[in-house]
Amino acid sequence: MSEAIVELKGVGKSFRSADGSARSVLEGVDLRLAEGEIVALLGQSGSGKSTLLRIMAGLVDVDAGDVRYRGQPLYGPARGVAMVFQSFALFPWLTVQQNVELGLEALGIAPAERARRAEQAIELIGLAGFEGALPRELSGGMRQRVGIARALVIQPEVLLMDEAFSALDVLTGERLREDILELWASGLMPTKAMLVVSHNIEEAVLMADRVLVFASDPGRVRFQLAVRLARPRDADSAEVRTLVDEVYALMTAGAVRAGRPAAEPARIDLDDRLPEADVARMEGLLEMLVDDEFAGRADLPKLAETTELTDDELLPLVQALSLLGFSRLADGDLHITPLGRQYAEGSNAEQQAIFGRQLLAHVPLVAHIRHSLDQEPTGELPEELFLRLLTESLDTAEAERVMRTAIEWGRHGEVFEYNYHNGLIHLREPDADEEAPAKLA
Amino acid sequence: MINKPFFPRQVVESSGNRWDWALLPLVLALLFALAYAGSQMARPYAVGEALALTLDPWLLPYYLLRTTLRMFLALGASLLFSCVFAAIAAKFRAAERVMVPLLDILQSIPILGFLSITVTGFIALFPGNLLGVECAAIFAIFTSQAWNMAFSLYQSLRTVPAELQEAARVFQLSGWQKFWRLELPFAMPGLLWNMMMSMSGGWFFVVASEAISVSNQNIKLPGVGSYIALAIEARDLGAIGWAICGMLIGIVLYDQLFFRPLIAWADKFRFEEGSGETAPSSWLLTWIRRSDRMQAMGLALVGLLERSLVLFKRNHDGTSIKARALPPNPAVARVGDAVLAGAVLFALWWLVGFIHGEVGWSEVAHVFVLGVYTMTRVLVLIALTALVWVPVGVWIGMNPRLAGRLQAIVQFLAAFPANLMFPVAVLLIVRWHLNPDIWLSPLMVLGTQWYLLFNVIAGASSVPTELRYAARSLGLSGWLKWRRYLLPAVFPSFVTGAITASGGSWNASIVAEYVTWGDTTLEAQGLGSYIAHMTAVGDFPRIALGIGVMCVFVMGMNHFVWRRLYRIAEDRMHF
Repeated sequence: MSEAIVELKGVGKSFRSADGSARSVLEGVDLRLAEGEIVALLGQSGSGKSTLLRIMAGLVDVDAGDVRYRGQPLYGPARGVAMVFQSFALFPWLTVQQNVELGLEALGIAPAERARRAEQAIELIGLAGFEGALPRELSGGMRQRVGIARALVIQPEVLLMDEAFSALDVLTGERLREDILELWASGLMPTKAMLVVSHNIEEAVLMADRVLVFASDPGRVRFQLAVRLARPRDADSAEVRTLVDEVYALMTAGAVRAGRPAAEPARIDLDDRLPEADVARMEGLLEMLVDDEFAGRADLPKLAETTELTDDELLPLVQALSLLGFSRLADGDLHITPLGRQYAEGSNAEQQAIFGRQLLAHVPLVAHIRHSLDQEPTGELPEELFLRLLTESLDTAEAERVMRTAIEWGRHGEVFEYNYHNGLIHLREPDADEEAPAKLA
Repeated sequence: MINKPFFPRQVVESSGNRWDWALLPLVLALLFALAYAGSQMARPYAVGEALALTLDPWLLPYYLLRTTLRMFLALGASLLFSCVFAAIAAKFRAAERVMVPLLDILQSIPILGFLSITVTGFIALFPGNLLGVECAAIFAIFTSQAWNMAFSLYQSLRTVPAELQEAARVFQLSGWQKFWRLELPFAMPGLLWNMMMSMSGGWFFVVASEAISVSNQNIKLPGVGSYIALAIEARDLGAIGWAICGMLIGIVLYDQLFFRPLIAWADKFRFEEGSGETAPSSWLLTWIRRSDRMQAMGLALVGLLERSLVLFKRNHDGTSIKARALPPNPAVARVGDAVLAGAVLFALWWLVGFIHGEVGWSEVAHVFVLGVYTMTRVLVLIALTALVWVPVGVWIGMNPRLAGRLQAIVQFLAAFPANLMFPVAVLLIVRWHLNPDIWLSPLMVLGTQWYLLFNVIAGASSVPTELRYAARSLGLSGWLKWRRYLLPAVFPSFVTGAITASGGSWNASIVAEYVTWGDTTLEAQGLGSYIAHMTAVGDFPRIALGIGVMCVFVMGMNHFVWRRLYRIAEDRMHF
């Protein structure tokens, strides 16, 4: 077993929620990054994988557990660790060469030596000739190349990539990925280990030697998958496709609360995270499922390809549909339910009625909002009351997002209405030619 | 031409909001103490050398030079102050809690107030030397420039994007390196814009700063301001005309030779993505960039800086024990709070005693009533100018061809010191026997109304084209068009302009409510004329009282009116 460069033992990170109690973002995370391996971290947004990456980079302190770099405790960013950022993080007022030299300048290296090394790195990454350009003159892919050159020029032992390709279009991202893997294989990089955080499952399988699937609430490593294929890997080959399928299955199974078999419909608690899915996309996905191409049953990777949605967007949609009972997840495949078929084929009014009913039955938060409104003589309540409930178990940004999702769904299902200007949720006023909505008991 | 609206008077949610008001007694007490001390200091003799000032127009260029020199010295001092202030306030939370409300208060104190209290001090610092008076003049100009620059830099330091900060930490940048490579460049556009605004503000007070007539002394430093003061005393309308010409030329010169090149240079610091906008250009900068010798000089300077960057590097990384953060000590914070609270209480007690002894409560009540008069004037006039200029601004803004040309002109008008027109107003009021209380009021907004117009033009020209097409295709017209489409669209920029105009009007009230022409003096009942009168007479306790009350009014209006409007504009009415 090769030596561990970075080691995390029992790492925990929590935040203070509204009522003062500590809520965990990460709990009991054990991770070992050894020499000569590329590790990929997969998980949904909000699962804490970015926080974990930043803990390894030394940017964030841990509340529990131990972080060690080459056996030394980590209090801040270590010299041997470099990072590539999702939105490139280039300094807009520095030229490409100055950006690449930044790390070297900070280490106190003389100008002549700096320039030599920077030019070497720029040539290696394929940007020769652009040394005097400002970042705004470059395309996204080129900017990320500068970011990679900046990271590689300081000859780091560990390279951390924070969703480095997700801001790029598919073609550019693929090219860049291949270039990095080529560098890795050629031995021209002094880097000994890489940690790649991604929400693109295919990318993770193509790059990594080990794929870790992260759970959320609290975040920890749920599953680990070893990828023993030789590089370069072909995305269309059978082995890769099997692995991708396996990972999809693991990720969608992991979305359910621990201990529940995957075939049962998902159930959530009142203050749980709601999947971030908007109604238009859910309906679009359902209609695609009913279509001839899939005829009611879709393989998730195939679905991702056809819809051209990123995994970050697709998985919440799939979860939302399963939550509301329009579809069902089994063995990494999405099956439409009879109710889902009814929904996809119904008229607008029918759809809204079905949606509203399913919301009240399966989404406790919406049901609770409706119940509280029904008890209120004026039929209206401020949203802060529900936000406060949510912030006791989620952090503020998450709580607001869940609230927005619940309101959007509630509006679509005609369960309640919302006034943006004063933040009040209220019952629908019945139209003159419509019956009043039946009140819940 | 930068088309974005600007915030010279930063409407900032400082972290210690209640300390704003708690700090006020402290600052006021300090003011009163200084006033008391000032009145007790030995009256300095008038500077011996008879400063030869004539109304000869041929000497104007020389006077212009002296004035511009003073203004640039003050600008340099403001820059230094801003850097130090912002760096300390942004890095130390304890300092931030005190410094930011303090700056807010200082920003509300009228410029003439600073002058009246400090001039004797500066003169005494350099006895027998003109330098003391010069310092007083430069300090006065400094106080009109420094505050918004400091705020802008502080705000920028606080809003550096998180990813860039993380990158700076990961690549082991030291504090010094981070300041020069990340924080200062990021703050540059806002800082430069505020510098431009500051210069314009400085011109407005150049008369008051150079023709120092405080405490019954009359010292005139050679410069354009004194020239104008002399012309007013001698009732020479022709000389005023020459002065206006000279000012125009001066403003055009420093705009073309100093600010345009700076703004064109600062374009490389622009953080927003998109090279689609046409970059501002300056012939001078292009020329400098193409000239080899200038380039060599510039690069040599930059090389010096870079060598210092390498010198001040971090010696340890995150694995050393030195990188371990110290847990904050709650006891220190609590002791600090207690000391501050104690000081505030003591200042309050001393203040009350001083007011009771020196000035009397009836006087305080009287001054508050005067403040209400001035506040009414400011609000009414801003409403009137809004009524006139908002439609004009919207019309200009919607016409892209007009907007480009006229915006530059309006900006120029905003920079031009309006108090050069005051003597004309005095003549008219005297000739037609008008009531000064009412007819002196428009003078307050004469200079500041352009900010309103300028901002509304900028707001109207940034309405998305698709929205315009939609409104046209729906056939919106008349009051409906204004209510649903145009007014909400320009509301944020209107609020920005109104905040600036309001702040400028309060400052201007001191010179607008008390206007002289030769030996004729017109006075309108209000806080501004009270302060101006007391300044001329040299009654320090009353000067301090007037300034304090104005401070309270400005802060109150800012807090209860403008910040609310600004928050509404920010939350709901942006695209």
